[in-house]
Amino acid sequence: MEKGKGIMGSGRRWAVHFSDNSTAPSSRDIPDPPGFARASVDQDDSTVSRQKKDAESNWKSQKAWEVAQAPFKNLLMMGFMMWMAGNTVHLFSIGITFSALWQPISALQGVGKVFEPYKDNKVDLLGPKLLFIALNLGGLALGVWKLNTLGLLPTHASDWVSSLPPAQEVEYSGGGIPL
Amino acid sequence: MAIMSFIFVFFFFSSLQPILSLYEDQVGLMDWHQQYIGKVKQAVFHTHKTGRKRVVASTEQNIIATLDLRSGEIFWRHVLGPNDVVDGIDIALGKYVITLSSGGSILRAWNLPDGQMVWESSLHGPKHSKSLLLTTNLIIEKDNSLIVFSNGRLNAVSCIDGEVLWKKDFEEESLEVQQVIQPPGSDFIYVVGFAASSQFETYKINAKNGELLKHESTAFSGRFSGEVSLVSSETVAALDSTGSILLTISFHNGKISSQQTPVSNLLEDSPGLAVIIHSSVTGIFAIKTDAATIFIRVIGEGKLEVVEKTNHETVVSDALTISEGQQAFALVQHAGSNIHLTVKPAHDWDSNLLKESIKMDQQRGFVHKVFINNYIRTDRSHGFRALIVMEDHSLLLLQQGAIVWSREDGLASIIDVTTSELPVEKAGVSVAKVELNLFEWLKGHVLKLKGTLMLATPEDIAAIQYMRLKSSEKSKMTRDHNGFRKLLIALTRAGKLFALHTGDGRIVWSHLLQSLHKSESCRQPIGLNLHQWQVPHHHALDENPSVLVVGRCGPSSDALGVLSLVDSYTGKEFSSLRLVHSVAQVIPLPYTDSTEQRLHLLIDADKHAHLYPKTPEAIDIFQSEFSNVYWYSVDDDNGIIKGYALKTKCSGNVADEFCFDSRELWSIVLPSESEKIITTATRKLNEAVHTQAKLIADQDVMYKYISSNLLFVATVAPKASGEIGSVTPEESWLVVYLIDTVTGRVLHRMTHHGSQGPVQAVLSENWVVYHYFNLRAHRYEMSVIEIYDQSRADNKDVWKLVVGNHNLTSPVSSYSRAEVITKSQSYFFTHSLKAIAVTLTVKGITSKQLLIGTIGDQVLALDKRFLDPRRSVNPTQAEREEGIIPLTDSLPIIPQSYITHSLRVEGLQSIITVAAKLESTTLVFAHGLDLFFTHYAPSRTYDSLTEDFSYALLLITIVALVAAIFVTWILSQRKELQDRWR
Repeated sequence: MEKGKGIMGSGRRWAVHFSDNSTAPSSRDIPDPPGFARASVDQDDSTVSRQKKDAESNWKSQKAWEVAQAPFKNLLMMGFMMWMAGNTVHLFSIGITFSALWQPISALQGVGKVFEPYKDNKVDLLGPKLLFIALNLGGLALGVWKLNTLGLLPTHASDWVSSLPPAQEVEYSGGGIPL
Repeated sequence: MAIMSFIFVFFFFSSLQPILSLYEDQVGLMDWHQQYIGKVKQAVFHTHKTGRKRVVASTEQNIIATLDLRSGEIFWRHVLGPNDVVDGIDIALGKYVITLSSGGSILRAWNLPDGQMVWESSLHGPKHSKSLLLTTNLIIEKDNSLIVFSNGRLNAVSCIDGEVLWKKDFEEESLEVQQVIQPPGSDFIYVVGFAASSQFETYKINAKNGELLKHESTAFSGRFSGEVSLVSSETVAALDSTGSILLTISFHNGKISSQQTPVSNLLEDSPGLAVIIHSSVTGIFAIKTDAATIFIRVIGEGKLEVVEKTNHETVVSDALTISEGQQAFALVQHAGSNIHLTVKPAHDWDSNLLKESIKMDQQRGFVHKVFINNYIRTDRSHGFRALIVMEDHSLLLLQQGAIVWSREDGLASIIDVTTSELPVEKAGVSVAKVELNLFEWLKGHVLKLKGTLMLATPEDIAAIQYMRLKSSEKSKMTRDHNGFRKLLIALTRAGKLFALHTGDGRIVWSHLLQSLHKSESCRQPIGLNLHQWQVPHHHALDENPSVLVVGRCGPSSDALGVLSLVDSYTGKEFSSLRLVHSVAQVIPLPYTDSTEQRLHLLIDADKHAHLYPKTPEAIDIFQSEFSNVYWYSVDDDNGIIKGYALKTKCSGNVADEFCFDSRELWSIVLPSESEKIITTATRKLNEAVHTQAKLIADQDVMYKYISSNLLFVATVAPKASGEIGSVTPEESWLVVYLIDTVTGRVLHRMTHHGSQGPVQAVLSENWVVYHYFNLRAHRYEMSVIEIYDQSRADNKDVWKLVVGNHNLTSPVSSYSRAEVITKSQSYFFTHSLKAIAVTLTVKGITSKQLLIGTIGDQVLALDKRFLDPRRSVNPTQAEREEGIIPLTDSLPIIPQSYITHSLRVEGLQSIITVAAKLESTTLVFAHGLDLFFTHYAPSRTYDSLTEDFSYALLLITIVALVAAIFVTWILSQRKELQDRWR
């Protein structure tokens, strides 16, 4: 457009109107060139867009699966970190364990948001979503398991009796060596 | 692997005992120490030379001490030990303190200025006898000599090196030597005594070589009683055994002549049994009857004359030579709240050299002893000072009609200690006296801040230290949040009750108990123990707390009892009871009435139980718990332990609804030929236990057997009850028992072969620690027994525990026969022990430490984790994480864990622990001759900031941070604005 302006400014010799009148049937006074089939163009156009859409939905579902599988890598990484952290309770191991617990939880909370971009009528997101949830639950389980191995879960009898006061005694006895 | 082992080592060291020592500048912040010498038996003044004037004293607690005559402070002090009784002291050559002790067999000389021992010689003789020490200015072989009569032998000992110059035995079996006399200026010695109680004997001995010059004896129709009083250097006065005939015996030049005068001739009314008062005043002696003290003058040849008869309590001093040939003596008499001190010349009864009246605190009781000393006033007349010993064992110096100083030496013989809370701080109660004003507070904090920022000058540091030591906060008379400020209530042997403030150790009040005072009905009252009678905390806060003092009239176990209730805020004795029964045991019951008075059961010698307080409410409470109250007695002479339950009302002739008969339930009879009870231990009544479970490695759990009815008994072979080393290991053994005192069930019995006592034991929670001597290893040992309840061990189902479907907290009965298992372990320990105690905290959460009173009179803290029967040589990783220390054969003594730091608690008797309100802290009070008090945190003060925490620094930091936030906020606002305009 700007180019056109520049030309006009310098003086116009000739002009071609590119306004497409082809769609307007009233202006179909000029015959089509030979070998030009208007109808086929129309038909072709729709197939192209369909193909395009198919590719996109394929791509979307592929991406969704990819996204759904992403926690798996995370899981492996977490497992490795946990193994590195050892079984004693200290800052590092507690930090790792809590991040291992927090990540799946936050991911599960945002499960809709994660798959938002891939939402499509044609794409079936249930599979990836289920995989995503399952993997995150796996991560969560790993975290809980780690928490347990650190001894931070009250799963032993000792965790429940550690602050039990001594039982009251029924009898009372006093005395000793006479004064 | 390297990292793992590093972590391992790190954990091991971090789990080891934290060092709980003090910094040098923390000494005296929490602790205080007081030194005493006990009841003075004999005192000798040393005021001749220029320099520090002092008085040398020997006491009934076997102490030799020199005190500053100006202030009463101790210059030096030696504790001679329980068997080394001091018989006499004197000063020789003006520089040596001579002491005769151990029944006259040890003679020592101490350097007067610094108390170092110069020489010691042991004197033995043919038989046991009275011990007499006589310093003379006799010179034998160029040495100044001492004459000592002891163990039936007369010795002349050189003052310079303690060498025995000559000795002379008096072996005659029945001879009882009463006096050794050296007439002034002569070189012979008279030894005067009785033979067969009816013969008067005199020996005249050459002082230069011990040669017997003359021996005379004369028979007397009656029998002599005990003492003689020296009237002059050649005359003595004595009483016959009926106490009614006075004898004056003169032995001038070895010729004995005696005169008998019936006491009734001298006095109109019949005086009853008389005794001679020991004194050494020339020409005068005194006898004492029930009602009066009579002074009798000897005129010429055995003629007697009564010079004065007083009905008051009167005390006479020994004679004091004030100038050439002139003697003086002092008399102290009571008159109301005053005492009269009179100094008289020996030759003239009617004139007085000094007469003073001094106001005396009624709580000190009567004067027991008086010692006088003279000085030359500026106008060349004689002035006198008198040292008096009072009934409560306190020591006072009187001079010019005033008390110059006083020492509360009754505190050297504490029988029992308890504690009491202080009053709650209320709006009405004025504590302004000790409150700082704002300016001083600010100044203090600025100084502290300077100290923290290292800007303080040496003067500032000294001021900070002074402020910390004299902090008014710790000596206030009100309760504090942490429970550090309390009253320590101590009962002394003299029958006096003292209340000491835990902040600085000062005496808040002291009270000579009237109920423990000698009287017609109670001739020999003795205090037995103290109990907390009323501890108001919930609904009786208006009442003052009170303590119960239990005593008895006389040393035998069937003497009648005496009770007295004392208000612990004021020291007023608000109630005192003479009981109609004896007191064999006092059992505080775990029940209180509506005014928070604790119920007590007093068991008499006939095994009747008497309930106190005698109120209908108390009997109602008691009736409801009647069937659950038991008692036991340990007869250590016969080796029998018996348990009793209470039956109905006393079957006696008097209807007394507070008296109950006992019914014997069980008895444990130990074979007397093989076992003798030497020690028992029980749990403290007020000990709190936080939990019944003990968590062990791998999240496993063991249930403690916690019972307040647990009794620890240690017995030894009768042969081995003597001193260590008196028996071979084969014939010596130590047996320990853990007994349930309700059912008489022996829970555990263990024998240590080749071991012997003395045993010191402490029982707490579910464990007992005891200390004994191992003859085979030639070392002291400490053992620990932990007892666990196996019948609870199957409570392992988590779900049942989660929903609370278990019976772990339901009340248990001793009759349910819990199945118990015990674990025990023994370790060598370097020290022998005088006392052992365990730290006590308010909820029992803090880990425990043992407090060990060592033979060196110090208190050592030892972590209980060192005495854990689960220790092994190679603990597993899990056990190490749990804090189990690898097993070693002996217990470590960490020098920093002496909680008495550099101080010694001479004659340490017992260690008392009291819980503060702060869970981490225990208050520790150790007493013997000295007193020591400190705060102790077994796991450090995890629940409070340290005392030297700088609040000012914290405040300034916060203010600075807030200011910085504001400044940066304003700056960022401005910058943003500029950015937007651009």
